Parts: sequence; structure tokens; C-alpha cells
Amino acid sequence: MRIKPTLLIISALASALVSTTSVFANEVNIYSARQEELIKPLLDNFSRDTGIKVNLITGKPDELISRLASEGRNSPADLLISTDVGRLYRAKVRGVLQPIQSDVLTSAIAAELRDPAGQWYGLTMRARPIMYVPGKVNPDELSSYAALTDPKWRGRICVRSSDNIYNQSMVAGLIAHQGVAATEQWVKGLVANFARPPQGGDRDQISAAANGVCDIAIANTYYLGGMLSEPEQRATAEKVKVFWPEQAGNGVHVNISGAGVAAYAPNKANAVRLLEYMVTEEAQSWYAQVNHEYPILAGVKSSALLQNFGEFKADQLNLEKLGELNGEAIRVMDRAGWR
Amino acid sequence: MSPIKADIWRWSVLIPALLLAMPVIVVFASVLSPDIEVWRHLRQTVLADYITNSLLLAFGTGVGALLIGTGSAWLVSQYQFYGRRLLQWLLLLPLAMPAYIIAYTYTGMLDFAGPLQQALRRYFGWEYGDYWFPEIRSLTGAILMLSLVLYPYVYMLARSAFREQSVSMLEASRTLGFSPRQHFWKVALPLARPALLTGAALAMMEAFADYGTVQYFGIATFTTGIFRTWFGMGSQGGAAQLAALLSTFVLVLLVLEQWSRRKIRYFFQGQRQQYSPLRLLSPLRQLLVALLCLLPVLLGFIIPATQLASWALPNWAVLLSADFIRLIWNSFSLAALAAVLSVMLALLFGYASRLRRDPLVRLPVRLAALGYAIPGTVIAIGVMIPLAWVDRNIDLLAEQWFDVRTGLLLSGTLFALLLAYSVRFLAVSLHSVEAGLQRIKPSMDNAARSLGASPLQVLRQVHVPLLRGSVLTALMLVFVDVLKELPATLILRPFNFNTLAVRTYELASDERLADAALPALAIVCVSIIPVILLSRTLDASRGS
Repeated sequence: MRIKPTLLIISALASALVSTTSVFANEVNIYSARQEELIKPLLDNFSRDTGIKVNLITGKPDELISRLASEGRNSPADLLISTDVGRLYRAKVRGVLQPIQSDVLTSAIAAELRDPAGQWYGLTMRARPIMYVPGKVNPDELSSYAALTDPKWRGRICVRSSDNIYNQSMVAGLIAHQGVAATEQWVKGLVANFARPPQGGDRDQISAAANGVCDIAIANTYYLGGMLSEPEQRATAEKVKVFWPEQAGNGVHVNISGAGVAAYAPNKANAVRLLEYMVTEEAQSWYAQVNHEYPILAGVKSSALLQNFGEFKADQLNLEKLGELNGEAIRVMDRAGWR
Repeated sequence: MSPIKADIWRWSVLIPALLLAMPVIVVFASVLSPDIEVWRHLRQTVLADYITNSLLLAFGTGVGALLIGTGSAWLVSQYQFYGRRLLQWLLLLPLAMPAYIIAYTYTGMLDFAGPLQQALRRYFGWEYGDYWFPEIRSLTGAILMLSLVLYPYVYMLARSAFREQSVSMLEASRTLGFSPRQHFWKVALPLARPALLTGAALAMMEAFADYGTVQYFGIATFTTGIFRTWFGMGSQGGAAQLAALLSTFVLVLLVLEQWSRRKIRYFFQGQRQQYSPLRLLSPLRQLLVALLCLLPVLLGFIIPATQLASWALPNWAVLLSADFIRLIWNSFSLAALAAVLSVMLALLFGYASRLRRDPLVRLPVRLAALGYAIPGTVIAIGVMIPLAWVDRNIDLLAEQWFDVRTGLLLSGTLFALLLAYSVRFLAVSLHSVEAGLQRIKPSMDNAARSLGASPLQVLRQVHVPLLRGSVLTALMLVFVDVLKELPATLILRPFNFNTLAVRTYELASDERLADAALPALAIVCVSIIPVILLSRTLDASRGS
């Protein structure tokens, strides 16, 4: 019969696959929404310095939170890493994180970049400024996000879909500052000025502006930084400049990548140790360099590329608010027709 | 037969079928606690878009796949032309190309900022707005992308169906005075209809479940809506309602497909068939037909693969790293394991449905097969919730009685992952196996049984040999599907376990398409192996 070789193959495959996990006494388990390549070297350094083995699963943040929640008190996860504050807030609300008190963390991280209750901490910061094409746009014409609804920008603005959390957080920030009604008016005005229906990612908006589809793009700083540091993309990215909006007002919209300790972390002490390691000068400068994000530790220099974008005033709103208002932001965008 | 024996068949199907249907049931069950307020918001704002876009996408893809698949299958199975032998397996290759990857590559090439339009602008001195160029990131674009990679489902089934039509069929229609064209429309096509519709139904289900492409193109469909509602608005109830509505559409589709097959039943002829000889064409026409058949291969495989290769070239050294080889091995073995499991389940379910026309057996199987049209993430979470529940209770009991913590026994293991794959791809294996079983005349079962064979012996000695082609087809299809699968793998995999699809996603999600090209290309290359095997299987069934 043919069954025997089949069984043999199956058992061989199965045993090969299962051999991946092992039980280490001194370890820390991470669920990370940050991709492996952008975090592994840091984790390797941590392991080398402390002897703590790091186990990693990467994935999309919402799914990782669901996994944490459904695993409950059996979850092996110690630390959840997210690339935006909205998801950290969702994790907190679903009860999968626990409060951590650490002087190292509170002194390194500004109050608005961490949860008041200590359930999540910001580790790096990114801004969402206006990017414009010099020659087509005079920077003197730009001022605030609100001014982008002016009819003179009709058909000149590129921004990605409202499915994206960075847009959701940005609109949530506006709601926090000016309320639902005014924000809905603003979104309607912005949609009326779109150069094309939202599509693609942030990099696509930048290259659309660089290629003449629109004159203004709204995108996160590290995407521009990433493009500028890749040889094939540099020429495109160099065609746009960063304008820091809201400098006379609330400050430019910022978001964080951050982390929180899991509610049932079996290796809580190690998780806290890793968190504290991530705000050391060494980790912060590496973290900032590799993905062109702004360090949250005062005194650590951002990458040379980012320094070229200039200094800016960041929105001082506690980021917790962005999470709270995320659902409201989606409704506003649904009603105002931002697809 | 004794009633006890009958029960064994029923239970041996019912238990695994219910296990597989669980994620789908979990989705439907959450409709019982609806989020009325969110639903009202959706209805007033975006629901109409979700419905229209999803339906257009699925039907557009179905039609596209039917046109390309049927057309190429007819040409390859009826005519002799240059490169026919090569083309008949090349036509399967787009199967190896994940939809989101072909979408990324074509966008990279055809986008406004892409090389083609840049060259046009430079050459003609155009500016933005001076000229019209089809927008790739649109609903039409998405339909095109999905049709290009999904048509092989139709092609494969259509090709076998056309081949099985014997020469006597052609002779009969000739005596009726039909021209070759009339023969195609009035005889060959209607006879192949069940195969064509099965292929189209698979393509449509895949289109309904697509998330990667529509999300990248910014098209609001059910799948993007489910994520937005669930995570963005924090309404699991609202998302489940959307998922249930989506599943209802698919259910209707499947019922229609079954119903269209019900009216007529098609069986193999008992004796060895004589196939109609290939028709020879004039050299000019041969060239034309060859080019026509090359077109889908070119668009669906060669062009995107070349683009990927050119992006991946600077990074080729990564290929040799131990880490990358581990990725390939993980992907390969996982897909192989899932394929074997899925086909065994399909055989069990298919054969049991043949033995027992029992709704209690059929319903859970049908429910589980719906999984193909439900986005992988929803399936994954549908798998996670019940498994975690079991883990939690075992853990609690063990602690109470033995003061031992058992932790996670099922979730976060390969078991969970394999379960999710089985749910997600059961439809694929089941369709192949059932299509094979349906063409075996019941009189054969009866003859074997009357000679004293037990149902199991009939399966082993009569059906399995006859089903060899269908089983191999199912194996290969599931293998390729699992290799490309992303969302469930991403969320259910154990610690430190990566696959090619996961690596591709990580880089692509960070908008680093050039870096993502290498693992993407590796997926394509690993998938080619089963696709070639598949093609040989199809050839063997012709006996040439």
C-alpha cells in the first residue's frame, strides 16, 4: 500500500517542524508588530549583555493583541511591541497589559509619550508632517493641517486611505483638539482637495508628489527617511521637502512605536529589563538610526537625514487620547467620505 | 448493512467536520450579539460600497478566470501548434504567484511614478494630466490582477474536461452538421460546464477573501471593512456581522454551483476512451494560437517574475544564508504537511457524502468548506478562540486536581496552524476530490459491493486508483495555497518560526518592495515544483 511512505514523510516533516521551541529558564517572549529585521539586532545585543534568551513572534498588531487576549493567563508572551499608539491603547483596553512602575522609564520618556497608568511606554517617535514640492508650493503658503482645506489646494493633495492607523490617529488628534463637528468639516474639505482617490502607502504618496500627481503629500517622516537612504529612491525623495505644520498652534501630529508588559507575563522582570534597555542611549541611537525615527531619550541625536528635516514642535497631547478617539475618527472619516 | 456500521461512518465525519466548521460557526454565532449602533453607522455610510465592490470583484474575477481559463484550455486540448506541449504546463504557472505580490509588482511598473509612465512622459514631454493611462490601483486593476493568477483553476479543470470528451462526441456533432465552432458552443462547452463552474467558483471565493490586493489598491470591500470595523472601531459584533453577510453571499454562490450540477450528472464512460486527435493548423494560425496562449503566462507569470528578479538581484547573496534556507524548509514542510492532511480530510468527507446522503453529514462539511471565502485572519481568530478556551479549561482543571499548570497545549502550536489551513483550504481539496468521485459511476460501487467488497475496500481498490489524478491535483493545489498563505500563518505560528510568506509580508508592509522581492521570488520558485508535478499528473491522465 502507499500509506506507509506517506506516514513516514508526515512524521519526518512533523518532527522537523516541532523542534523549534525549547524551554529556557532565563528568557523573554515577545509579540512584536515591529518587523524582525528592525528589532533583531537590538534584541541580540540585549541577549549578549544579559544572557537572557529572546523569543520572537512578529505579526500584525491587532492580531497579536487578539492572540494575547485569547491565550489569557496561559499566554507565554511577556512583552507586546507595537508600531503605533492606537494599538497599544487597544491592548490596554482589552486588558492584556499590566502597569509597570519604573523610574528608569518615567525619567527617560516624556509624560505624553507614555500611558499615565504605566501600561505602555513610547520607545521611538515619528511625525506626520506636510511634504511639499518646492517650486510648486511656496512654504509660506503652508501653515496648519486646518489650512489644507483651503480651495486653493483643490486637486493638489495626496494622502493614503483612511484604513491606515496613522491617518486614524491624526484625525483622532484633531478631534481631541477641536471636537467632532469641526474635524468632520475639515475632513470634508480635505477630501474635496484630494488629487486622486486614496491608494497605496505613505511612500506612494511621496513619489506621487515627486512625480507631479499632486503638490502636497501627508506622510510619516521615516518613510521619507527610508526613501532618501535607498539609492533607487533617493532622486524621487529629494524632490519633496518637509514642512512642519501647526508650529504656531498645537504642534505637528506625532505617533510612537512602543511596548507594554503582558498582563500574565511569565518573565515579567526580564520584560521590564528589556524595556529599560530600549531606552538606554545605546539602544535609542541604534533604534533611531536604523529606521529614521526620532529618539525619545533627550540628548540622543536623530539620524543625519532627520536632522536635515529641521527642528519642530510636537503636539503635546497625551497619546492615550488618540487611542480613545480612534473609533470616533473612523466614523468621522466614513461620514466625510475619506475612503 | 448494520446500523452500527452506518454510525461509524457518520461519526467519523461528523467530529472532524464539526471541528473544522467551528471557526465558521464562531463567526456566525457572534451575529447573535449584534452591534446595532455600529451596523446602523455602516449601513448609512460604507456598507453599500462594501457590497458593490466585493460583488463586482468576485464576479469580475470569475468572468475573467472563465474567459482566460476556458479559452486557453480549449486551444491547448484541441489544436496542434508550436510550443503546445510547453505552453500547456506554462499556463499553470501563474498559480505560483500570490495575488498581493502580482499587485505589488504591477503597481511598481505601471503606477504614475513607475518606470513605464516616466518613460512615456520623458519621451513625449507630457505632464501629469496631459494623457490618459489606465489606473492600476482600481477595481478593474484588482479584477485583472486576481483573474491573472486565478484563471489556472478554471484552466486545469477545463483542460481535463475537454480532454475527456471522446472522439465519438465530436463525430456525433459532425454528423449533426455542426461546424467546429458550433461543436464548441453546443456540445463541448455545455458538457464541460460543471468543471468550468467549479473552477470559477473557486476563483470567486478566493476573490471574496482577498485582503492584500484590495487593501493595497485602496478598494473598500467586505474584507477591508471587517478589519476596519473590528479593530479600528473596536466592534467585534459589527465585524462578525460583515463576515456573516460575506459568507452568505458565498453560500448562495455555492448553492447555485451545486444546483447547476444537480440537473445533469456526468460520469466517465466505463471503457477506455478514444480521444479526439489534435487538429493541425496552418503555420500562421499556429503562431497566432501560440501567442494567444502565451499571453496569460506572460502577464500572469513571466513579467511579474522578471520584475521580482530584477528587484531581488542585488540581494541574491541572502539566498545562501542558513536563515533563508531555514525559511524555505519551514515553508515547504508546512505546506506539504497541510496538503496531505487536507486531502485526507477531503477524501474522508467526499467519500462519506457519497455513502450517506445525510444532511447531518453534509451540513458541517459544507460549513467548513465556506472557510475558503473567509479572510485568513478571521479564520485564524476563529481557530484561536475555541483552542484557547480548551487550553484554559484544561489548565484550570489540571491546576485544581493535580496542582500543575499545563499552559498552552493547542494554541500557538503547529496544530493550530494546521487546523486553520484545513479550514481555509478544505474547499480546494474537497472540490477536486468530489469532482473526481462524482464522475465515477455508482454502478461501479454497486458492482464491487455485490462482489463482496466492504466500503473501505471499494475506496481502496476501486476509487483511489481512479481518483489518483484528482487526489494529486488537490495535494498540489493546497500545497501552493498554503505556501502563499499569510494571515493565518502570521498570527498562529509558534515562537521563532518564520516562513517565506511571513518574511515577504514584513518587508512589503513596511513598503520596502525591493527587499521583499527575494522571499517573494522564493515562494514562486518553490511553488513551481508542485505546479510542474501537477501538469505531469494532468498529462498522465491522458495516457500520452
